[in-house]
Amino acid sequence: MTTISKPADVPAQRDQGKSSGTLLEVRDLHVEFHTRDGVVKAVNGVNYSVSAGETLAVLGESGSGKSVTAQAIMGILDMPPAKIPQGEILFRGQDMLKMSGEQRRKIRGAKIAMIFQDALSSLNPVLSVGYQLGEMFRVHQGLSKKAAKAKSVELMDRVKIPAASKRVDDYPHQFSGGMRQRIMIAMALALEPDLIIADEPTTALDVTVQAQVMDLLADLQREFNMGLILITHDLGVVADVADKIAVMYAGRIVEHAPVHELYKNPAHPYTRGLLDSIPRLDQKGQELYAIKGLPPNLLNTPPGCAFNPRCPKAQDVCRTEVPPLHTVADGRGSACHFWEETING
Amino acid sequence: MPDTETSVHTQAPVDAADVVSVELKTDKPRSLWGDAWRDLRRNPIFYISAVLILFLVVISLWPSLLTSTSPYACDITKSKQGPAAGHPFGFNTQGCDVYARTVYGARASVVVGVCTTLLAAVFGCLMGGLAGFFGGWWDSILSRVGDIFFGIPILLGGIVFLSVIKGGSIFTVVLLMAILGWPQIARIARGSVITAKQQDYVQAARALGASTSRMLLRHITPNALAPVIVVATIALGTYVSLEATLSFLGVGLKPPTVSWGIDISTAATDVRNAPHMLLYPAGALSITVLAFIMLGDAVRDALDPKLR
Amino acid sequence: MGRYVIRRLLQMVPVFIGTTFLIFVMVYAIGDPIAAMFGDRTPDPATAAAIRESLHLNDPLWSQYLQYMAGIFQGDFGTSFNGTPVVELMGNAFPNTIQLTLVAFAIELVVGLTLGVIAGLRRGRLVDTGVLIFTLLVISIPTFVTGYVLQYFIGVKLGWAAPAVSIDVTLDQLLLPGIVLAGVSLAYVSRLTRTSIAENLRSDYIRTATAKGLPRRRVVTVHLMRNSLIPVVTFLGTDIGGLMAGAVVTERIFNIQGVGYQLYQGILRQNSPTVVGFVTILVVVFLAANLLVDLLYAVLDPRIRYA
Repeated sequence: MTTISKPADVPAQRDQGKSSGTLLEVRDLHVEFHTRDGVVKAVNGVNYSVSAGETLAVLGESGSGKSVTAQAIMGILDMPPAKIPQGEILFRGQDMLKMSGEQRRKIRGAKIAMIFQDALSSLNPVLSVGYQLGEMFRVHQGLSKKAAKAKSVELMDRVKIPAASKRVDDYPHQFSGGMRQRIMIAMALALEPDLIIADEPTTALDVTVQAQVMDLLADLQREFNMGLILITHDLGVVADVADKIAVMYAGRIVEHAPVHELYKNPAHPYTRGLLDSIPRLDQKGQELYAIKGLPPNLLNTPPGCAFNPRCPKAQDVCRTEVPPLHTVADGRGSACHFWEETING
Repeated sequence: MPDTETSVHTQAPVDAADVVSVELKTDKPRSLWGDAWRDLRRNPIFYISAVLILFLVVISLWPSLLTSTSPYACDITKSKQGPAAGHPFGFNTQGCDVYARTVYGARASVVVGVCTTLLAAVFGCLMGGLAGFFGGWWDSILSRVGDIFFGIPILLGGIVFLSVIKGGSIFTVVLLMAILGWPQIARIARGSVITAKQQDYVQAARALGASTSRMLLRHITPNALAPVIVVATIALGTYVSLEATLSFLGVGLKPPTVSWGIDISTAATDVRNAPHMLLYPAGALSITVLAFIMLGDAVRDALDPKLR
Repeated sequence: MGRYVIRRLLQMVPVFIGTTFLIFVMVYAIGDPIAAMFGDRTPDPATAAAIRESLHLNDPLWSQYLQYMAGIFQGDFGTSFNGTPVVELMGNAFPNTIQLTLVAFAIELVVGLTLGVIAGLRRGRLVDTGVLIFTLLVISIPTFVTGYVLQYFIGVKLGWAAPAVSIDVTLDQLLLPGIVLAGVSLAYVSRLTRTSIAENLRSDYIRTATAKGLPRRRVVTVHLMRNSLIPVVTFLGTDIGGLMAGAVVTERIFNIQGVGYQLYQGILRQNSPTVVGFVTILVVVFLAANLLVDLLYAVLDPRIRYA
């Protein structure tokens, strides 16, 4: 077992992780964007790790830095404007940030693959899906066009696309939303990578299709024993598939925990707020809880804990001091000054 | 377990005030136009072109501000002579003051450019807007009519038409260019009206029973206007250039109208021994076209957030 | 695909009729061809009437138009007022203009696309700014000014290229006129390409292509180019007609005996059959180019093909 997140000042435990099958470890990652309006610090010291066969859910609102972290791992951030001033991204113990562009390219798609939210815009509209799938084999394995196409049909079968051999030459716009997302998944699976990062893979889909796509993803993950980083803002999706959860707010991890512990007993007021705002059948008729206020603003982030203006428990210390990530239990942490009170009710 | 009260803050000292979301930039809601205006004011190209255009408009209204010499006061004995005291640009073939003619030439270019653009834009918006808004048969017929005029390149149509009617007044040149130029605007207007019509809030307004005229005025026009303004501003520059080309070919404006195109045409034969006669009007013409195209560029950059 | 082509062809028919009729009306109805034939002299009324009759000028306009179009479809563009068949004039003029246009088109394509792609890929860098300023200047300086200036400096002063084109047009002589003719279009192509490349570069599918671990070169050539070139192809197609019209100016500067030259002579002498004939052909070329673009569009973009 590995811990998913720890403060930057305790490096001692890290090396244990590597030997026990840690695939990916993000250490004290910082990402900033240099824009005309100034430097936007999108990620501020994120730590997490994933092992083979494990699912880590990264939870947060838009702008929390969860997608930026994922893109930094993939190495697909546009630099500039993005910059990584600090941090390490270890893949099987090797820091990818120190690798050459060519080394990183060979990892992308083959070892670490990514599934994007909007399959329609994420697939090239003018190339057939067969071509786009086959490209993986042709580029990474040097297969011929014909062999690659045969592999593409196989892949499409695998993600349960009906009549795959007939549809392999169709274009993305000819598929339904759910089928397109299956193609995205097929593309990510093509080379049987060690790790898949799924960025809101079901957000753009109908609810019924969401469940099918999520089940498919979970099945395939089990089958190939892959690590999965599931980025989402939907707590409902997380509960069924994730092993552990990292909650992000304003570019930091505010809480991380094994999934059941987090649901049972959140140790951060933000997590608690998120959980309370899920509609529940046993609370029918009652008014739904909502976290007041808006996500932190680019030009005006509050000092101290970034969550303090929206936090029901905020005290003076929250407005002045950034809370460190306190260890709540083994493999569990919370960046709240008052985590003990929070966890107890 | 660390106690909240006594825990030492060993995390990297990151100033929380800098932790910001990428998506939300300011507190105030911003409109397309407000945004565009804010963007324009930061763009040095906008200021350069605006100052140039202001200057051009002023001298085409009051050319006497810059010169006291008449563009028609010519002294044939000074034909093709270079710069002299009081005549900084020298003299042309007829011995007229090149400086005065260059100053007075601005009027034709500015008037033709502005009038053609206004005419083509108004008519083009009307036709394109109707086609886009009503769709169906309206669209088919208006689009085909537009295609017919679009099928004749302005320069070609201008040559044929102007030579036949033996025109040469500013009015005929403007009319001709607007007749052949409107489909360009109409196509843009049609496209953006169709896009605006499909926007959710416009659909909502329709569902709430907004009248057709209200939909057009309140919801569609403000959103469809931006691309039209961009294209029209850039087109203005090309109209100025076209007028000069037609005049250069001898079918556009005719003397006694002072036009850079005519002056360049007469100077062209002597470009080897008296290049100054060509250079000054040509430079003035180029700067004028440049000013309008730069303005169009700046406006486009401001109004098209996709490319920011 | 077949239905798409047929629909396009059908749409072209009214446009072709409308455009040619418009030109016909401009020349025959608004102008007076007989007066033009005699120039400054006043024709003898009896002679004028006889000519009118022989040229069917007394028939209603639509009838004249129909007769004219019927002739065109049999390859007969009428006879110029000085007795030469218009087709013969065309036979002499078009090869020159087509060569000039092809040279210009090739320059526009190669230089315009290259500049646009480089600038688009390096948006905001020095190269990009350079290309933007260069194209801005090229667009702003009218063709006839560039023509004379380049002719004077490169042709006369430096002697690097022929300042004028001889009767037997050779390709190397057409290089300078080709550059002049291509200038403005080239600038537009670069800008359009730049915008399109820069926009597509930010698209989700390019992010996907990168995330797939494709080499940068492949991302650009296979994924980025094809999508980015769709709007550029549209422009290039419509621009063929524009180039042939622009040849009127270029041919005059460099003294090329092409379509522009004939058209210009026809206009000066008010030789209506020549003018209508040449303009009709140019319009047909323009429309054909537009059709070609539509078809190419469908080849490039499956979303249109299967619509």
